[in-house]
Parts: sequence; C-alpha cells; structure tokens
Amino acid sequence: MATKLPPVDAVLVGFGWTGAIMAQELTEAGLNVLALERGDWRDTPTDFSPAYAQDELRYYWRHELFQRLNHDTLTIRNKASETALPMRQLGSFLLGSGVGGAGVHWNGQVWRFLPSDFKARSHNLQRYGKAAIPDDMTIQDYPVTYDDLEPHFDKFEYLCGVSGKAGNLKGVIQPGGDPFEGPRQREYPNPPLDMPYGPTLFGKAAAELGRHPFPHPAANCSRPYTNPLGVQLGQCTYCGFCEKYACGNYSKASAQTTILPVLMRKPNFTLKTNSEVTKVNLSADGKTATGVTYIDDKGQAFEQPAELVILSAYILHNVRLLLLSGIGKPYDPATGQGVVGKNYAYQITSSVNVFFDDKILNPFVGAGALGTIINDFNGDNFDHSGLGFIGGGYVGVLQTGARPIETHNTPTGAPAWGAAWKTAIARDYLKTASVATHGAVMSHRGNYLDLDPTYKDALGRPLLRMTFDFTDNEHRMSDYLTDRAAEIAKAMGGREIKANPRKGSWDVVPYQTTHNTGGAIMGDDPKTSFTNRYLQSWDVPNLFVLGATAFPQNAGYNPTGTVAALTYYAADAIRTRYLKASHQPLVPA
Amino acid sequence: MPQFQVDRRAVLGLGAAACAAPLAAAAAQFTASGMVWQANTSAFPTAVDLSAHYVFFTPDEAAFIEAACARLIPADATGPSAVQAGAPLFLDRQLAGEYGKGARLYMQGPFGKGTATQGYQARWPPAGFHRAAIKAIDEHLTRNGGAPFHRRAAADQDAFLKDLEAGKAELGGEVDGKAYFKLLLQNVMEGYFCDPIYGGNQGLAAWKMIGFPGARYDQRAYVLAYNQPYPLPPVGIGGRPAWSVKG
Repeated sequence: MATKLPPVDAVLVGFGWTGAIMAQELTEAGLNVLALERGDWRDTPTDFSPAYAQDELRYYWRHELFQRLNHDTLTIRNKASETALPMRQLGSFLLGSGVGGAGVHWNGQVWRFLPSDFKARSHNLQRYGKAAIPDDMTIQDYPVTYDDLEPHFDKFEYLCGVSGKAGNLKGVIQPGGDPFEGPRQREYPNPPLDMPYGPTLFGKAAAELGRHPFPHPAANCSRPYTNPLGVQLGQCTYCGFCEKYACGNYSKASAQTTILPVLMRKPNFTLKTNSEVTKVNLSADGKTATGVTYIDDKGQAFEQPAELVILSAYILHNVRLLLLSGIGKPYDPATGQGVVGKNYAYQITSSVNVFFDDKILNPFVGAGALGTIINDFNGDNFDHSGLGFIGGGYVGVLQTGARPIETHNTPTGAPAWGAAWKTAIARDYLKTASVATHGAVMSHRGNYLDLDPTYKDALGRPLLRMTFDFTDNEHRMSDYLTDRAAEIAKAMGGREIKANPRKGSWDVVPYQTTHNTGGAIMGDDPKTSFTNRYLQSWDVPNLFVLGATAFPQNAGYNPTGTVAALTYYAADAIRTRYLKASHQPLVPA
Repeated sequence: MPQFQVDRRAVLGLGAAACAAPLAAAAAQFTASGMVWQANTSAFPTAVDLSAHYVFFTPDEAAFIEAACARLIPADATGPSAVQAGAPLFLDRQLAGEYGKGARLYMQGPFGKGTATQGYQARWPPAGFHRAAIKAIDEHLTRNGGAPFHRRAAADQDAFLKDLEAGKAELGGEVDGKAYFKLLLQNVMEGYFCDPIYGGNQGLAAWKMIGFPGARYDQRAYVLAYNQPYPLPPVGIGGRPAWSVKG
C-alpha cells in the first residue's frame, strides 16, 4: 500500500535537461515543485572529476553514466512480423540515467531546426506535390513555428553559453555563419571554438566546391562565461572526452553546470533521487491527473498528489509511462488510429574517412561539438526534385576526440585485426579525418512504440517495444548525403578515402545517435496528436509531456536545442496562461 | 550511493514571497537543510593487481585466450602484441568482476536467436559466454583428434579465427561463433587500448604505437598546432612509468 504524501503544486518525472529547465521556470513562478529522479544524484566534483574523467573503458564501454539495462530496457525489432527481443546491451543509442540525464554525456551540439522543418508536411506538399509524400509516410506539421520558438532557442543558447557564429541576424546573412539557418535576433553568447586542422581542411575543400562551411554551434564554452542565472562555466580545454562522457571542467553545458547551482538552493524546490515513478494517477473520470505513484530504492511505494504532472524523462520512458498509466489511446499501426506510440523516429548517419600521408591531425584534441559543418543538404535547403526523397542532414568534420578503443579508422581492404590491421592503425591514427553525415528520419506508419507482451523490467512491468526500420526515403537521402560528403572528402587531398554508407536495416549494435523522437507527438488535432502546441495532453489538461517525445518526425539536426526551446515555450504558456486558469486546456479540443 | 533527499518544505512554505527572496538568503536556508555535494566522495578507479595469477580463467581457458590474443594483435616491429600489452590479464580481471557478471545487462529470458540486427542475445553474460565459447571451440577443434587452438600453427589459428569471424565455424550447442568472435575481439581491443590502470596497455605501449597521449586534461595549446607532432608522451590516470619512484 502506497504511503500518501502531502500534495505539491507540480511534480516532475525525470530530472535531466527538460526537468531542470521546467523546475527552474515553475519555481520562478512561485510553485512548490518536486522532481522525482529514478537514478542517482551526480555532481561535477564527485562524479565527473577531471582526475579520472578521461577514461574510455569505464565511461563508454562499461556504461557507467548510462541507464542500467538490468533494471529496465526495451525490446526491439525491425518490423511487426518479427518477434521483438530485449536490447540486452546498449549500442545504437545511449540512454541516460541519474541527475542531468543523457544531458550529462551529450556532445553539446546545439541546433535550431529549420523554419521548414516545422512544416514538414505542408512545406513539402507545396513545393513538390502530393507524390513527394508516400501514403505510409505519416509526417505532420508541428503546431508551432520557428518564429514561435525563436526567443526560446535564444534563451537556451544563452543558458548554455553556446559558442558559435550567427549566419542570419534578423534576416541579414552574416559572413562566416550558417546562411541556411532561420533568422536569429542576436549573436551567439560566445565566439566559436578554435578550429583544429581536420575540420579546417574540410571547410577549405567545401568552400572550394561552392558549399557554405561554418563552425558547429557548441555548448562547449570557448571562453569563461556567466549565464543569465549567474552560473559560471569555464573555458573548454579540448580534452576530447565529451561524447559519452561527463565534463569535469564545467565547460560543457548540462543541468549541473547551468541550472542546478541556482535551482537546488531554492526553498520551493525539492529533488528526490532513487525515486522511480511507476504510474501517473488519474481521477475517476480520467480527465485529471491526481499525481504519481513512485517507488524508492527500498521498494517502498509512495503516492504523491500534485496539481500539475509533468513528464520530463527521456522520450522512451515518457511514452512507456503513458502506456503503463493507461493515458491516451495507444497507436495501432494496422488502422493508423491512436496516438500513444505513434510516429517514433530516429536519425540516419554515415561517414567518409579521409586518409592523409603528409598531415598530422592530432584527432585526440577535441570537444563534443567542435567541427566545421555544411547545411547545404539539410532539410529543404536544396532542391529535392527528382531525388526520390525528402529531408536531409548536415555534413561535416567533427573532432570530438579520437578515443583509441573506439576509433579504428582503417582504409578499404584493411582487416579488423591481425598484423595488417595493426600496420594500418599505427600508420593512420593521427592522419585520418572523418566526414560525418547526420540525416533526418521521417515518421512512417510501421515505425512505432508499444508495450512488449513478453518481457518485463526489474519491477515486473512490461518493457517498451520498439518497431523500427529505415525506409527507402532514409536510405536514398543518406546515400545522397554520403555522396556529397565523399565529394568534399576527395577534395581534401588525402591519399585515399573510404565511404561508410548506412546499408540495410536499423541495427541496435553500432552507436548511431541518441536522438530517438516521437511517441506522444504535438499537433493541432487530438485525433492525430497526444499534446497540443504547449505540450499539454489533450485528454488530461494538467499533464504535460516534454522532450523529443513531441516531435512529429525527426529533422537532420541534433534535437536538444529544439527540445529545450519547446520546454521553455511550454513553461511560458504554463506561467502566463495555464496558472491563471488552472486545469484548463490551453487550446480548445 | 545512499538515497539523497533534500526536503525543504518544512523549512519554508511555497509562494511568491519565498521565491522573491534574494539568492544569498535562500542559500543560507539551503545550508540549513543539508548539502548536496559531499567532500571526499569521488570515485577513483581501482587499479588492477598485476602480480596475481589468473583469477577467472582456468589454465586451459588462459591458453586459448593467450593464443587468440597473440593472433588478433600479433607482436611485430610496429608495436607489442595483445599478450605483451597485458590483454589476457585485463580480460581475466574484467570477467571476474561486474562486467563479466553482466551487472548492467538485461539478462532475463526467454532467450531467442535474434536477427542480425538485434544485437547481443547470448544467454550468458560476458564471463559465461567466454567460458561456454572456449569450451565449444575446444570441442570443435579436437573432435576428430585435432589439436586444440593453442597448439596449432599461427596460420592455422588465423584461418580458424577468420572462420569464426565469418560465421563459418559451426560450434554446435548454443554458442553463436560469430557473436563470440565479436565479443572476443572487442574485449581484446579494450585490453590493448584501455587505461593501464585496468591491467591492459601495459607500459602505455599501445598508446605510444598510435600516438594517443592518454588521459590528458588540457589540450588548448595544441588545437591550432596544424600538422605538428604532439610533443608530450602518453599518460594514464595513474600517471606513467617514469613517475614511479625506483628502489
């Protein structure tokens, strides 16, 4: 029997980026906020100490910062005719756990989606006609526009101290920046990071081919920075351990380095760690969330009443909690009806290696978002007529730090082991650049999330089941990007190049991106979306669902900037409108 | 880590008045309700004891692992072999510990064969998988009076490893030879290139071979040093051999 606790104004389920942002905003509005995090407390000096943070085995290969799959995982399959089996070991994506969530071990790649990305259906219909969108491609427009989100993108970039160069200031294209980006009201808070040799060679070759290279916007501080909350970040030291690691230098933005020093001190904020929410509780009529039930690390259950319930866990956990709580109509791929689990999407990546004989690149010098990028082939920045696909992605050389267990770039024909492998790796390790492509995945009728009928977590609850594969659209798009990457790679003037295209079905083993999206998407119609434009549940108006859960489909950019902007947008609506008319839908159904 | 709870509802009520309090006042109240950060609680990794003999592998298993390591990364003028770098000892310690037990893996059944894209579906965690696979390999190779792996000539060993890698070696039982090869190669690479604190990459030899400078914290001076050889030797989390006090 759950112990009933005194009520709070708002309870947050999960305490990573979105939870910390929302908690900061709602406590500013005077609410009494409780955050429930199922993982551990983590802070920089204790858990990410620079005395031992540069440890590839411990953090990447032994997964110390990631979700413990022995506690729970999901099951996976490429199509509904297969039997889903558990993801027993992390691979394709690296789920987070603990305070700060996956935002502790991200790279710090901060993007704004393109204005046209928010109108994926109507924009493509208008430009390319009905035939451009196959019947089973279930893309939808976002119910918000780029302009709606612009101030909120800005707020997140200034929170993080993003290092970059604007390409479009109030509609005026700026030299040195990304000319394809949506207009921004002001420059990035910090100048770009220093650019190492490999990305510089890419930029030179890309420009010679008529492309538009610019420095990747990075939540890795190029100089000491104090954010608007008064929290200080330090200058990045290019140690090369961002991606899959935590920053010991207060240089990479995370909840810990940008919000928690202020939030944790607030008298109207409470964090409980090792507290796993098992259910969102509803009133008898199912129209109001009365709070949540959670279990602590001793197995004791508590009922936490709350006026406002906000799901701020990772997308897969948000969707699963909705399904386990019986909220919203589960999606049925056979009929296309239902909304919970619908429009799960991902991203598709590939690369082209360039091997030099005469250039020492020192690839171990790195930072998570350090690199030179082109967006000439992202979104609808190029004419897709006759190409047979929609969407796109960025192409660039990112120098994130060539950790040696992971980074074995060897040329075509070299084996993966033995004397010939050893000769190749010893010769090429310091002299190889990798041109990466990072492409969108459109939503598709057969790609969805539901509950697994067989497998259970450590608490005996059904695992989430993911049914996902790349479609022809993604393969054509990714092949196109790989070809464009190869053109630039060739122009970089190395000894040889090697393309690593993404072929075949989605594979759970090789790391790709932790950019899972959808499953409780936002929209304008309760029949085709789970939330309205403010991330508020259509069915249960005092329930909000944050995160990339809301994306109707994925774009060719890393999602965190858009996730954070949507969170600030929802927080603003809660503060300025919802709290003045409690429990009311912010959009009429 | 013990459960950490900061519960300040008892300290202050909710509402705008509390929020409007200046940060300094709030900070004082915070101190009264407990610190989040605790001194001297960081978790430095534990160094592997290099002096001991194998604690996980049986002598037969160790013979296979050492022989396989010597072929996966052989000794030559380029650099040390996986055996010389300490990969077998590294693997022994890893399999004896949390990793070998699959402490972070989902190991509930039912177990299925899995498609090519469903990843690790072995019914054993890594330690059990190595044990079962080495046994199956030994039975496979000695079935008709053949020599065990470690007694074979290098070319013969290479040919068998290639068959294993390609999924051509039918080991029988429930051991998926191709999946085992992936695990073995991954573990050997880990032992070759990991921080020496875990027992592999002894003398930082693998890092020296490729030019990786190790657990260095500040690379600012080298970002713009285009085409310049990196001037510093590799260093591990626990330092490097030259720092040890002799005698």
